[in-house]
Amino acid sequence: MPDILKGPILAIQEFYELAGRAIRNVARKPHYFDDILLQMESIGVGSLPIILLTGFFSGAVMAMQMGAGLQEYGQTGRTGQFVSIILVRELGPVLAGVMMAGRNSSGIASELGSMKVTEQIDAMRALGTDPIQKLVTPRMIATAVMLPCLTIIDDFVGMVGGWLMAYVLFAVPTRQYWFTVWHSLVWNDVAAGLVKPFVFSFIVSLIGCFYGLRATGGTQGVGRATTQAVVWASISIFFLDLFLSKIFIAIGQIGH
Amino acid sequence: MPEQMKETLLRFEAVTVSFGDVIALNKVSFEVREGETRIILGSAGSGKTILLKTAMGLIAPAGGRVFLFGEDVTGAEETRLFGIRSRIGMLFQESALFDSMTVAQNVAYPLLNQKAISIPRDQMEPAVRKSLTFVELEHTMEKYPSELSGGMRRRVAIARAVVTNPPLLLYDSPTAGLDPITAHTIMSLIIKERDANNTTAVVVTHRYQDGNLVTNFRYNPKSGNLDPAGPEGTNTIFMVMKDGRLIFEGSQKDLEASRDSYVLKFVKPPEQEAA
Repeated sequence: MPDILKGPILAIQEFYELAGRAIRNVARKPHYFDDILLQMESIGVGSLPIILLTGFFSGAVMAMQMGAGLQEYGQTGRTGQFVSIILVRELGPVLAGVMMAGRNSSGIASELGSMKVTEQIDAMRALGTDPIQKLVTPRMIATAVMLPCLTIIDDFVGMVGGWLMAYVLFAVPTRQYWFTVWHSLVWNDVAAGLVKPFVFSFIVSLIGCFYGLRATGGTQGVGRATTQAVVWASISIFFLDLFLSKIFIAIGQIGH
Repeated sequence: MPEQMKETLLRFEAVTVSFGDVIALNKVSFEVREGETRIILGSAGSGKTILLKTAMGLIAPAGGRVFLFGEDVTGAEETRLFGIRSRIGMLFQESALFDSMTVAQNVAYPLLNQKAISIPRDQMEPAVRKSLTFVELEHTMEKYPSELSGGMRRRVAIARAVVTNPPLLLYDSPTAGLDPITAHTIMSLIIKERDANNTTAVVVTHRYQDGNLVTNFRYNPKSGNLDPAGPEGTNTIFMVMKDGRLIFEGSQKDLEASRDSYVLKFVKPPEQEAA
């Protein structure tokens, strides 16, 4: 095997090993419930402001663009339908995922990276604790619970943003907007809108933990780990989204 | 008790540790018997810290065998190592206190998390207080590590290492980066722990004066000061590491009589060497 491939293949193997151990630990004792709650607060509640802001503005700008396009055909009444489908199927999960990668993969990587370079991870092992059980599994569970919740909030706030633009710029009646928003969604969309953030949550938390726990070389190494975590988490989210979208479209076609 | 009768707490048999192509420890063999203090001298990158981490089972050796308390722990599973590690206290180079926890929580951590140590909840606080009193920092219990000076953090880390009364203590560069007065305080605590609790210790350092202090002074429980150890001395053995190899093992007298220029570098201050 060429030497240039050894590093990345080894890294992928180590990532799967970490993911496997973190998932196995869900069913193993000891369970650190306090840490899970703490992480849910930090990862979930802490991300709420950016999710509200990005969700609102993305929904608003989408309605503005859609409305302008639909106006040419006299179909501005269908703005809600487009906003709703795009938000729930794609933009909500991907945007929330990328925002979480930016905020939390980086946060996790820098926190764990700092612990690694200051020997706190070694100290943890020396004092009888499995760092994966204590640090990785709680972050993984917390993100898996909170990211789908945040995506639902992101979708809803986006729809509100879309309604504001549709109402103010294109005089779409409020009742009509919300009727089209609601009735254009099918169960397949809702399932896609919830499964995607659930899958992305593992990317956000585990890539952050992976790069954090691999950090070496002092503060510079922590910075490098943080950057790599955000870059790879974001790329992986878009990459996985492509596959998941294809799967849900195929499921939708079978349903018809 | 004759030396041969004493239990061997730690034994390395031709231990080799490598990271890729870099050999960090090269066929290192030695043993630490009960009641002994080992001073490991060596320059930066000589493998001192790796040696301690390998002894603790934090790094798996590529070759050779490591024995702790008579058990072969080479390549042992982490869950098995947790039990054995509960009998060892370790002071890390940068203290390695958990930033998100208070001083009291840091010191209580091994009591709460080491399965082999079961201590009733109501005895937890007195044990933590006793350990912090030992390092004279009982007033910092509710503070966070970031609020303490470097020397205080090192003392809290010693309190955390000794809170479970382990029979074996590993100190990784306990005086690194400290001013001479604080360094003396830290070494006094190490001597106090050795003499008050009769513990076995491995002290990694690049300062000869640390080893000199441990070898020639004893803790006086009445005055709380260090007194000269007298003609009977202390059970201290020196080791010198160079490029991952153990190049010297013996008493202070043997060390000072050595003709090896690398070994002498630690014994003689630079100005004396230049003269």
